[in-house]
Amino acid sequence: MAETKTIALTINGRDRKVAAPANATLLETLRELGYFEVKSGCEKGDCGACAVLVDGEAIDSCLALTWTVAGRAVTTVAGLSLGGAKHPLIEAFEKSGAVQCGYCTPGLIVAAQSMLKDTPEPDDDDIRLGLSGNLCRCTGYTKVFDAVRDAAAVLRGAESQA
Amino acid sequence: MYADFDLVIPETLDEALEALAGAVGGGNGGTQPLAGGTNMIVDLRARRVAPSRLVGLGRLDGLRGIRIADGRVRMGARTTMSDILRHPDLAGHAPSLVDQARVFGGQMVRNAATVAGNICSGSPAADAVPALLALDAEVTLASPSGTRVVPLSEFFLGYKRDARAPGELMTEIAWDIPPAHSSNRFYKLALRKGDAITVVGVAVALAAEDGKCGTARIALGAVAPIVKRATAAEAMLCGQALTPELIDAAARQAVDDVDPIDDIRASAEYRRHCVHALTRRLVTQAWERLT
Repeated sequence: MAETKTIALTINGRDRKVAAPANATLLETLRELGYFEVKSGCEKGDCGACAVLVDGEAIDSCLALTWTVAGRAVTTVAGLSLGGAKHPLIEAFEKSGAVQCGYCTPGLIVAAQSMLKDTPEPDDDDIRLGLSGNLCRCTGYTKVFDAVRDAAAVLRGAESQA
Repeated sequence: MYADFDLVIPETLDEALEALAGAVGGGNGGTQPLAGGTNMIVDLRARRVAPSRLVGLGRLDGLRGIRIADGRVRMGARTTMSDILRHPDLAGHAPSLVDQARVFGGQMVRNAATVAGNICSGSPAADAVPALLALDAEVTLASPSGTRVVPLSEFFLGYKRDARAPGELMTEIAWDIPPAHSSNRFYKLALRKGDAITVVGVAVALAAEDGKCGTARIALGAVAPIVKRATAAEAMLCGQALTPELIDAAARQAVDDVDPIDDIRASAEYRRHCVHALTRRLVTQAWERLT
């Protein structure tokens, strides 16, 4: 049996102490703790449904062992906000109708956020590159691209006002 | 996860080397290093590997990063594909390496996957390897008894077999900045443009001297048990002014340097065809940039 130990990390801005076995993935741990917005898909790093931010950078939580994120800041889509308000990416996905069944949406938004951090003014190739690890079988991506473009503009506006 | 193993996460390189000492290099069972996890966790889940203990390298920040100084590029083993894309100067002299990072997995995989992890996976389809082979990269292997430097061209011994002794850890990948009059290119042929496993990967690096091709490197991925150089084709180009006829002949020679298989992604015959076409195309493009 794999050893279990308690690690400290931050989840969505909240300091947590979490008991997890050595072989637990971050995906398994997050869902055990009730963060059901983090979805399990292919469990191979192809679909991106399980994406979360670790220190601001998106990773597939199915490919990370929980112990390896000790001391780091994990953010799920539910932890994204801007100055306490609804995050522009979430707003834009709703407005653009970039959501159908919704299973891929948390991962898409997390991946988009990670991409926009490096590339605040993305062209379509940048968006394609940023979302290349997220599969969506409903939307055909067109409205997803619309949403990311809109949110990028809103985020740039918020940045210039700050 | 069903797989059962111990996990240690050392704070220093010395602790990591101690923990890995006596590990089984590359194969199954024993102690194995864990970096980005984008291969290891998938293999664990599929029960392709069954280590009893993993040594997580995530806290060894000294192994991550790219330093360019004194005519040499030194890349820490834990440098990620995204680190390569973000680096401001790498695209200038190693566009082949940057191009492979752009088509490497999806964003989340690029954020986690490390260069040494890609090399040590031993996959003939590992995308960083053709570019690094064509750049004449060397790798540093460390153990508690010291370090040694091995040319990447001598690192791969066979399918998923490499030169690491049990317990040795790859700590650095380094190469000389290519000379001013040189050009390197990489192309990945796959079934999709994003997040796909390579059907044929080709990296080419040329350096010109007095209007002739001084050195030539052609490295081919996913067409043999290991990523390998087409040395006979390279030799045809060296010392010559490159003409379309010569480039075509060398590209045909490159087909004789490989040994592809039929698999789920493509037939061996198609792969041979693409080795010819892509080698000709990349050598032509690289040469055009030099003349």
